[in-house]
Amino acid sequence: MTDNGTQIVSWQSCMVEAIVQQTPSIKSFFLRLSRPFAHIAGQHVDVRLTAPDGYSAMRSYSIASSAASSPIIELAIERLPDGEVSAYFHDIAIVGDEIELRGPLGGHFLWPEPAVDAVLLIGAGSGLVPLMAMIRHRSTQDPAVPTALLLSARTAEDVLFSEELHSVEINDAAFVLALAITREDPIRASDFGRRIDSAMVKEVLARLHRKPTQIFVCGSNDFVNIATEGALRAGLDPSIIKTERYGG
Amino acid sequence: MVTRGFTGRGSSGDHSGRIPPGQHLVENFPVLTAGPTPNVELADWKFTVKVGPKPAKVWNWSEFNALPKTKVTKDIHCVTSWSKLDTIWEGVLVEDILADAGLDRPTDFVLAHSYDDYSTNVPLADLLSGKAMVALKFAGQPITRDHGGPARLLVPHLYFWKSAKWVKALQFTTRDEAGFWELRGYHIYGDPWREQRYTDD
Repeated sequence: MTDNGTQIVSWQSCMVEAIVQQTPSIKSFFLRLSRPFAHIAGQHVDVRLTAPDGYSAMRSYSIASSAASSPIIELAIERLPDGEVSAYFHDIAIVGDEIELRGPLGGHFLWPEPAVDAVLLIGAGSGLVPLMAMIRHRSTQDPAVPTALLLSARTAEDVLFSEELHSVEINDAAFVLALAITREDPIRASDFGRRIDSAMVKEVLARLHRKPTQIFVCGSNDFVNIATEGALRAGLDPSIIKTERYGG
Repeated sequence: MVTRGFTGRGSSGDHSGRIPPGQHLVENFPVLTAGPTPNVELADWKFTVKVGPKPAKVWNWSEFNALPKTKVTKDIHCVTSWSKLDTIWEGVLVEDILADAGLDRPTDFVLAHSYDDYSTNVPLADLLSGKAMVALKFAGQPITRDHGGPARLLVPHLYFWKSAKWVKALQFTTRDEAGFWELRGYHIYGDPWREQRYTDD
């Protein structure tokens, strides 16, 4: 492996070990690797499905687990309305099925090593997935890097990994959780009941108590544009902002 | 390996010969970038051709727009696996830019630089003979910020990360110098028909 996380990657078969419904539209798939790897939080795998006539479909999915869970990785996949691969995962895949994947891939959207002063994570919906790998990885570090997560979801039940996030928040003084709930009133006074905007990013930055040295944003293109605009207006440098936009 | 229960949407019918291996057809135009979307005002926009560290010629927006324009219809292929057919672009072919700069072939390799400090490398041969342009319009309209406006490089026969958004310079280099994604695990050349996605593909 090089210092930026790249290594030779080839296709391997893995087995579906467990499937967990996480939200109404997102399921987690726990995959046992036949050739285990240790990934850096933020990396993804390419998944390839092949039909009997030889037709194949490939998609990239971020890894939700940290390297500590090896040789099992967790993908949290949202069922898209006209999804080809996501529909296969949601409607057809069962425990014991074999699936082809390659990874770990991606040398940019990576949890910083060595540790930095503070990190701001901003995500929407299933855009939480690579950020969750980072949160899980940081929990294994001592001391854990001060980190704030601003997470947008339609309703409380659409918040992916909700229980785990609230548990980290309670047990870890260096972790700040702020939810932006867009289609109902938020339960907690510290959460927001609206779509993300610059003022919200600014307020979450204030709760972090120190200036982040790295910002990761993952979601739809519109969401990422608003989030990064908010961070730039708050005076942060564009060079510390890394983005992933789904829909591609 | 056949995936149990997967039939997929099947091959893309009439378009099958136009979709490289591992790609699927989209009708929309997904946006992917590594960082914030830069905001480049036309009044501040400049485009430079450099040989090594030395600028050979600099154009402002109106000077660049006075160069001969060419319109092309091309299929584009993103490494994240989507392909989009018959996209219409208008801009200045790289050979027309070099002619205006009075340059022939200073070296065999080019590194494209962008306003967001992105970069990507392309051999000169892949930028000439009508293969590549600095595009100013998409589908008859100025290119939006999300898609790389005011101007982006267009090298449609390679994976689309080579078509640098918000392009500001083409730099001739003596060796094939890896750019942003090429340094981060992606293939040095990026031919979709040979599925050159990652470094060792």
